[in-house]
Amino acid sequence: MGQGWRKDIGFRAGTGVFALLLILIVGAIGVELTLQSMQSISQFGLDFWRTEIWDPVAGEFGALPFIWGTLYSSILALLIATPIALGIAVFISELCPALLRQPLVFLTELLAAIPSIVYGLWGIFVLVPAVRTVEASLPDSVRSLPMFAGPPLGLGMLSAALVLAIMVIPFTSSVAREVLKSVPPAQREAAYALGATRFEAIRAALFYARTGIVGAVMLGFGRALGETMAVTMVIGNNPQVSLSLFAPQYTMAAVIANEFTEAADDLYLAALVEIGLVLFIITLLVNTMSRLLIWSMARSGAKAPAAEPAAAPAPGTA
Amino acid sequence: MTDTLRKLLSSAFVGFCALSVLIALVPLAFILFFVITQGIRAINLDFFTHMPRPVGEAGGGMANAIVGTLIVTGLASLMAVPIGIVSGIYMSEYAGTRFAAAARFAADTLNGVPSIVIGVFAYGVAVLPFKQFSAMAGGFALGVMMIPIIARTTEELLLLVPGSMREGALALGATRARAVFTVVLPAALPGIVTGVVLALARIAGETAPLLFTSFNNRFFTTRLTQPISTLTVQVFTYATGPYEDWHRQAWAGALVLVTIVLTCSLLARFATRRLERMHARG
Repeated sequence: MGQGWRKDIGFRAGTGVFALLLILIVGAIGVELTLQSMQSISQFGLDFWRTEIWDPVAGEFGALPFIWGTLYSSILALLIATPIALGIAVFISELCPALLRQPLVFLTELLAAIPSIVYGLWGIFVLVPAVRTVEASLPDSVRSLPMFAGPPLGLGMLSAALVLAIMVIPFTSSVAREVLKSVPPAQREAAYALGATRFEAIRAALFYARTGIVGAVMLGFGRALGETMAVTMVIGNNPQVSLSLFAPQYTMAAVIANEFTEAADDLYLAALVEIGLVLFIITLLVNTMSRLLIWSMARSGAKAPAAEPAAAPAPGTA
Repeated sequence: MTDTLRKLLSSAFVGFCALSVLIALVPLAFILFFVITQGIRAINLDFFTHMPRPVGEAGGGMANAIVGTLIVTGLASLMAVPIGIVSGIYMSEYAGTRFAAAARFAADTLNGVPSIVIGVFAYGVAVLPFKQFSAMAGGFALGVMMIPIIARTTEELLLLVPGSMREGALALGATRARAVFTVVLPAALPGIVTGVVLALARIAGETAPLLFTSFNNRFFTTRLTQPISTLTVQVFTYATGPYEDWHRQAWAGALVLVTIVLTCSLLARFATRRLERMHARG
């Protein structure tokens, strides 16, 4: 016993070191980014995030346009992607014939597997020209609205939001699907027993799963915030704060991707690292919150009585 | 609300859900269609065997970038596979402990860190101290992204191995290490290999972490301390450049990337299916 016990301690410590490495890497990212951006943090303070002018040549660093572009594009993407992603999740987990389920899961997950750079390439040569045509064809009465102000370039906020939406859909829908799976079948059966229509029963299931659904949406938000290449290639890369969907804008990830290797002096580099640091913190908060929501949903689902077999009986399809 | 209205609403909802699937599949079809048609028109043997031509001259290929991608992803795997698998073992073996929960949290956090931020981190750790962009720095950046994927996959697959197998080994007097390495891990190995292949496919398509770590190189090199060209960075350079022939090559590069990803996903899918069937048989 004594001998084996000691060996087990060795095994635990030996593997534990590698687990510790995971924690250390996350910590190291935070520390490294903070150290590298110290110069910018101490020189500009909070003004960095309130100033709108980004002119590195003149030594003016204001990151407001980037945080605006990141938030605006991600929120727009979420508005487009969320209903579609939830629709897909409901269709696959509640409505579609069993035979179609696996192929559909595979196809939607393929959307997540396509590299960002391929989305970007497609965005530049296919989506942007299409968006430009649509933008140019809008009547003048629409074009005078602030949301649609400016020349129809194609490159701009609208294209970025569309690409982001496509890229976010598979993440949100796959988590929402898992969440719906954890809703006890009794929830739906009770609704049907009371004479509910299919919509009403599914609405009950969605309501039961609301915490997890919000978690799924936030997970998509986290993905959208950090997405780099595809957005960089279609958003137009112009640091300005504008409501217009047509306006070329910029995001935090995109400015780092474009300007990092060109940053000639230390302050410029520190400013870019600070943008990276804040992006790191924001995505960390969003992802953590999303995971807590999904996790609390999964736990409450597991606690619910599950006397019946796991597979939810498909409501009469005839 | 009348019954007719309720039924109508219900049908509309079902219709919306079906439509959502179509809406998502349309861009997928469009992307695959363009990558395949444009890519096939652009790809040829030269693409794989030739170097990029000087600016303005048509033709040439991405031989250096293909080798570069292999080298950088290879370095990433060398770093991430051992760390990922062993930390995954810890998380599954000591699943109930606080430390395992912390490691799991760290893995999920790392998984959610934007790839561009990983690039900035790798620049500070692996480029700045040596004052040199290098293949190794690129491998480090991709390795950091790969670790959490492999760790979590390993953990989940090890937890699927029936407890009776481990107990059998322990009952025969094996130490915990021996039970894990000779019984539990081999049982989960096919699944773990699948996970590693999927992780490889994912990081092979990454661009952002490489922009300022492995950077780019117009020349053929296999030296790990030198900047190196990769498929993704090359596609980015060509796609955003002004020349028609560059765009052609960018599509060819995209076709190669998508082929890699599709092949890996399909292989993984078949492998998982076989595993599931094996498990079902007991």
